[in-house]
Amino acid sequence: MLKGFFSIVFINSTIHMMTNGEKKLQLYSCFISHPSFSVRIALNLKGLDYECKSINVFKGEQSHPEFLKISPMGFVPALLDGDMVLAESSAIILYLDDKYPQHPLLPHDLKKRAINYQAANIISSTIQPTLRIPILAYIRDNVGPDERITWVHKHLGKGFTALEILLKDHAGKYATGDEICLVDVLLAPQIIGTLERYNYDISNYPLLSRLSESYKQVPAIRNALPENQPDFPKEVKGIILIRIY
Amino acid sequence: MTSKLQLYSFFMSSCSFRVRIALNLKGLDYEYKAINLFKNEQSHPEYLKMNPIGYVPALVDGDIVLADSFAIILYLEEKHPQHPLLPRDLAKKAINYQVANIVASSIQPLLALPVMNYIGENVGEDAKIQWVYKHAAKGFAAALEILLKDHAGKYATGDEIYLADLFLAPQIISLKERFNFDMSDYPLLSRLCEAYKQVPAIQKALPENQPDFPSTEGKI
Repeated sequence: MLKGFFSIVFINSTIHMMTNGEKKLQLYSCFISHPSFSVRIALNLKGLDYECKSINVFKGEQSHPEFLKISPMGFVPALLDGDMVLAESSAIILYLDDKYPQHPLLPHDLKKRAINYQAANIISSTIQPTLRIPILAYIRDNVGPDERITWVHKHLGKGFTALEILLKDHAGKYATGDEICLVDVLLAPQIIGTLERYNYDISNYPLLSRLSESYKQVPAIRNALPENQPDFPKEVKGIILIRIY
Repeated sequence: MTSKLQLYSFFMSSCSFRVRIALNLKGLDYEYKAINLFKNEQSHPEYLKMNPIGYVPALVDGDIVLADSFAIILYLEEKHPQHPLLPRDLAKKAINYQVANIVASSIQPLLALPVMNYIGENVGEDAKIQWVYKHAAKGFAAALEILLKDHAGKYATGDEIYLADLFLAPQIISLKERFNFDMSDYPLLSRLCEAYKQVPAIQKALPENQPDFPSTEGKI
């Protein structure tokens, strides 16, 4: 039984699962997960071929024992690279950047690198934890269903305000210059589709709004979009996302 | 003459505690600038002028102002290579990042003041401790005890103190001391906790050894 913050209702749907040949890199991912989206961007930017193993969070597949062996917290994404098993999107992205240096994700300049780490952590440690399904379910059950959207908007606002301030003196074409870096990889999933998903309008944040439009032009990001994933429900007459607002 | 490092810190903040350990391990002298999070001093105009995003801890190194414990620690690591905080081996390094992220993204934010205050105000004071135990149990026990058993030595990922330890030590100590969390079901984490308490750089960084730790007569 699906509980939680989204429900997806399929009408005449068929889900196509892509099966690839044996690939060295395997990514456990869910189309809708922001952290999975970030790792997909990093893999695409580096031109890394990978097998996508879909985890359906709506069916609770992240709690299956076989998956928990790979990702003890039960979160997507998780990466297998030969013998290496790794979870947590930031850890995966930094690992990929160490091992596969093409299209480096961190600038050479120490200060710019520090800004990247700082902004990336605003997203992964300040914004994303507050949006997780267990917290929103707790609020729904203990405070009230309508409180969830208040909570989400508060924390998005706090995080986006911090990012807008932090990045304004560093941004170029992208968040910290004219190349796509670590913070862009985490930021793009967070700001593309925010209106549809959370009814949160980022037009009050001029830099984030501009970046969102720039990100949508980048092939590595477009290919990583939820709707372009093998587990995105295809051939549906309509998907109704029951939102929290 | 190079100016001294300044660390804006709150004695009780586990994020500040992580950075204090890093500074101590690397033998870096710094000026302690206390920011009282209970009194909301991180929102005061003077602090925001220096650090517009208002986060604690923050490090000032000359004209660089940097917040976020992970960012500060990696900055210190790259600028001051003594007592390296990341192993050379790529796989071990990645596990350190994973542990740091589990703590920083999946445990600490759920136990931090904004969430705890929200639960206290909207659900009830008793609910806070239930919340802590549930998330500490899930984050710690389930994940870290299992994840680390194949990697731990004297410390979390080997016989040297690395990034993972900087994130684990404050979290374990805080759960034990502040929330009376029973660690007996988690033998590896219990053992690490005892090991951490023997490390001078960690002892020196403990909340009770900070200049802003309230005296017995004082109130928080």
